[in-house]
Amino acid sequence: MNGTVTTGDISSAMPSGATTATEKTVFDHIHSWLVTVDHKKLGLMYIIYGLVFFVVAGLEASLMRIQLAMPNNHFLSPQLFNQLFTMHGTTMVFLVGMPLIFGFANYLVPLMIGARDLAFPRLNAFGFWLSVCGGLLLYFSFIGGEGMAGAGSAPDVGWFAYAPLTGKAFSKGHSTDYWILGIMVGGFGSIATAANIITTILCMRCRGMTLAKMPLLAWLNLIMCGMVLLAVSPLTAAQIMLLLDRFLGSHFFDTQAGGSATLWMHFFWIFGHPEVYILIIPAFAFASEIIPVFSRKAIFGYPVMVAATVAIGFVSVSVWAHHMFTIGMTSTANTFFVISTMMVGIPTGIKIFNWLGTMWGGKLRFDTPMLFCIAFLFQFLIAGLTGIMLAAAPFNWQLNDSYFVVAHFHFTLVGGFVIMIFAALYYWFPKATGRLFSEKLGKWHFWLFVLGFHMTFDTMHIPGILGMPRRIYTYEAGRGWGVLNLVISMGVILQIAGILIFVFNLLRSARKGRPAGNDPWDAWTLEWSTSSPPPEYNFAEIPTVKSRRPLWDIKHPTDPDWKYE
Amino acid sequence: MKSFSLPIDPICCPDAKEVGTTASRNGARSNRTVRRASLPIYWLATFIVIQQSVLAAEKTDTALVPSIFAPESAPAHAISHLAGFVLVITAAIFVVVAGLLLYAVVRFRRRANDDGTEPAQVYGSGPVEAAWTTVPFLIVLVLTLTTARVIQEVQDARKPVEALDVQVIGHQWWWEIRYPKLGIVTANELHVPASQGRSRFPTFLDLRSADVVHSFWVPRLAGKTDLIPNKVNSMWIEPERPGLFVGQCAKYCGTQHAKMLLRVYVHTREDFDRWVEQQRKLAENDPTAAGGRLVFERTACINCHAVNGTVGNGRFGPDLTHLMSRTTLGSGALTNSPEGLRAWIKSPDRFKPGVLMPAMNLNHGDLDKLVAYLTTLK
Amino acid sequence: MNAAATTSYLDPATGALTNAAADAEARPRPSKGVLGMTCLIIAESAIFTIFVVAYLYYLGKDLAGPTPRQVLELPILNSICLLSSSVTITFALRSLRNGGTKGFGFWWLITIALGAYFLLGTAREWHHLIYDKGLTLQTNLFGTTFYSLVGLHASHVVVGLIALSMVMAFAIAGAVKQKHAERVHVLALYWHFVDVVWIVVFTVVYIIGR
Repeated sequence: MNGTVTTGDISSAMPSGATTATEKTVFDHIHSWLVTVDHKKLGLMYIIYGLVFFVVAGLEASLMRIQLAMPNNHFLSPQLFNQLFTMHGTTMVFLVGMPLIFGFANYLVPLMIGARDLAFPRLNAFGFWLSVCGGLLLYFSFIGGEGMAGAGSAPDVGWFAYAPLTGKAFSKGHSTDYWILGIMVGGFGSIATAANIITTILCMRCRGMTLAKMPLLAWLNLIMCGMVLLAVSPLTAAQIMLLLDRFLGSHFFDTQAGGSATLWMHFFWIFGHPEVYILIIPAFAFASEIIPVFSRKAIFGYPVMVAATVAIGFVSVSVWAHHMFTIGMTSTANTFFVISTMMVGIPTGIKIFNWLGTMWGGKLRFDTPMLFCIAFLFQFLIAGLTGIMLAAAPFNWQLNDSYFVVAHFHFTLVGGFVIMIFAALYYWFPKATGRLFSEKLGKWHFWLFVLGFHMTFDTMHIPGILGMPRRIYTYEAGRGWGVLNLVISMGVILQIAGILIFVFNLLRSARKGRPAGNDPWDAWTLEWSTSSPPPEYNFAEIPTVKSRRPLWDIKHPTDPDWKYE
Repeated sequence: MKSFSLPIDPICCPDAKEVGTTASRNGARSNRTVRRASLPIYWLATFIVIQQSVLAAEKTDTALVPSIFAPESAPAHAISHLAGFVLVITAAIFVVVAGLLLYAVVRFRRRANDDGTEPAQVYGSGPVEAAWTTVPFLIVLVLTLTTARVIQEVQDARKPVEALDVQVIGHQWWWEIRYPKLGIVTANELHVPASQGRSRFPTFLDLRSADVVHSFWVPRLAGKTDLIPNKVNSMWIEPERPGLFVGQCAKYCGTQHAKMLLRVYVHTREDFDRWVEQQRKLAENDPTAAGGRLVFERTACINCHAVNGTVGNGRFGPDLTHLMSRTTLGSGALTNSPEGLRAWIKSPDRFKPGVLMPAMNLNHGDLDKLVAYLTTLK
Repeated sequence: MNAAATTSYLDPATGALTNAAADAEARPRPSKGVLGMTCLIIAESAIFTIFVVAYLYYLGKDLAGPTPRQVLELPILNSICLLSSSVTITFALRSLRNGGTKGFGFWWLITIALGAYFLLGTAREWHHLIYDKGLTLQTNLFGTTFYSLVGLHASHVVVGLIALSMVMAFAIAGAVKQKHAERVHVLALYWHFVDVVWIVVFTVVYIIGR
């Protein structure tokens, strides 16, 4: 290592917020967060926002699992159960998934491409606060609607809000309006932030960083944001139509006046399917950064990884109707969507093989972030394989809208996305806070959560095979679903225990953890070259890079990467 | 790193070939051959059933477990064969990839005596990457072709002249079932004949919806098909043996989506004809229950319910002409008996919260008379 | 690992990463404004696409009249105005780039006038349809899709006109200089987009749909 001056020395020579922090009151602190346009602060706020709603959505799921633990249970009313699954799904996608991916993109992209902020910092703050408004508006439905507490009307139409159940005739009051407006407002925020990140990546990379030398995380976020532009807008459009139907009496989805129920399904899934890739591609991005560092090897097949992600992006916009195999499309249409859906499996498979290739021949360190990555690979493999089963249309005629589907997408979104969010939180926690988390508690979190996850979601495939449909608030005894559902519900206890440990670990380590230093993982990308936490301006001087792993080049001056790239 | 190769090819492809022939035999529709060739499915089904009966402290009647791997009708058979084929292929992929992952985790972990040097840096390998692009491509090709075949077989099956036509109309939250050629209207319980040997009696269902989207799903008979307002869908079943097959609405349709249960009674041809005979009769007009009939005709009952031969001709609720020939009330909410009927009419909301049928607030006398009348509707 | 933790990789002298200063030359970078606007246009195009699809999907599926053929007239003059405003805004921008703030103000004002005339034309068309022909959003599927698609476009014209007017106000105050040409260019991109969308809407509604 040839550098000898600590970043602390540099930042003390610069005007820094840290030195004056002691004189600030609590109010000043809150004010500084409310008005900030700093990508790191906004990123952290996005992440905290996502985690808070993650806990809320988890509680909603737990209530549903208590209700379903036994047949003919009376713990929840059907009305409340329907509201809970609607809010759980909507929250997880729009108030957990989207804020978390944008939070990480916000925090990491400028640091990893050697920039001082996003291209449009104020637009960034605007996007964040729009998302907050959307989330609060949606949750206000619990107390708003037709009255105050107790008379609330949370949406109960499912997160997909199929027409004509959402029409005025079947959904009276304002519950569906909360769903539409809450998501639409958040959607504007998502579009703004996606445009911002794309512009940042294309315009603000540091010197020497060609597109081919960007960290994979930047590449994958670029693709993800492109998909946000193309996918979120159709939902916004369809929601505008639904609003016109509900408030001005138009007939887009009014089946009594010739409107079409299937048109909504098409519009919704044109958004809905790319949306799950929007969530999973950042998870891929985290894996592509974390696995190499803990394997001590460069990512295997970088160009192929980029190409595969681009391929996923393209193909994923042509697979939406695989959610609709049961609506009576022609056999030709069904076959087309079988082909396109199965095709997505190819680039996804390539990615899994490339991560395996990265691990192959390395020296694997099993710190907490890496443990989560390995669980991710295993679970995402299973998710992909059950995805292939669901892609086979006739098989889908049986499995569609059954608990098998619920198990499948929880494997992708919990076993894939949430698990990689944990990995990323543990991996970049030292950078954001300047402190190390407790490795021991991290491992407890890992094992409890992963065991609970498998207890719940492995088991959940079986009731689906035994004919149990989704979204039912109760079920008959004697169908063979009872014991299985009890096991599924028990798994939740382990998951909750894991989450409690995680929250405790996060809060305690942020204040009392050991100092992390700039580069605790001995990693290779630019964010590890600056101090932890990074100063407001990120880099005292904008760095210049020659390869995809600038810090590798510094650490191995005799054998730098740029000789091989 | 040079020796890095994937053993997917030798493991997957023999399986693919073997089961591939299964699928083509399946096309020939000879059930006996098919059954022998698709052992894995039956093994899986048996496994599930055994596990179920061991686990289930609840005394589960396995005949009433609507498992998709216990098919009893032609489309369900075709699907479960395809499912078995897909399962075998995906299981093979799982074993290979998870095996590689496990191997990598164990073999390449950092040892305690590690010297602290970095491992050899490998940036990629053209041939290896070409291989793991090509192999999945081939697998996808095989799966797609097989799937396309089954789609055709099930979806584009020709309707034989002797097929029974039934209209199923979804309502929030019950099933209206009409036999247009036979002039029968009933609800929630579908009666069809079984195919016996060479005489085939498939049933073709015309699916519509009166309000929101529903989905018709009886797993042991066929895959599900949605009932969509403004759109007519169709599906078919061809049960092979008499019996009761349960299912329920599979598409979220509002508050009581969970209690929109469906029962399919499969009869021998002779029994089915007898059932048709019975259902085509006019409603029983028992003079002893005339008082109850008066209550029925003078209250709001007739706004929603029909009884053939009375002034009641509402279509918003189930047709009651042969009410007592059905085993359940409220689309499976409770068992049909005079006591059940009384409790149901008194407060439907108790058994099915959110149900659209209101409590009629009849006095005791009227309620007794009404129940007495309804129980005559055999 | 801990040694690495406390060490910085920054050059003590320059504060930059030390290893690669040699071959990095300044690449021409795309303009942030143009790129950001492009992203917005992509997202907006997706929204319009969905509305166009809905329009085409419901074409001829009405349960009741009136049909497009019975009530719609070709808004030729309107379309000419809007499309020519794309030309005038280009003239305005060219003037500004050459430092001609007067010429800029002139052409900019013409652009606003043409846009406003287009809106006026749309308002008159709607008035005619609503009060003379009895076609509203609630009448039938045609009414639903027609007013929403044309209205969505008109609302974009309104937003564009507001933005154009703000620039006009700045120009009158003498605050729009040659150095602002790039920013004005970004706004002009949006205006071009609104015009191009009109070509699509015109084709779908007045040519294919009639």
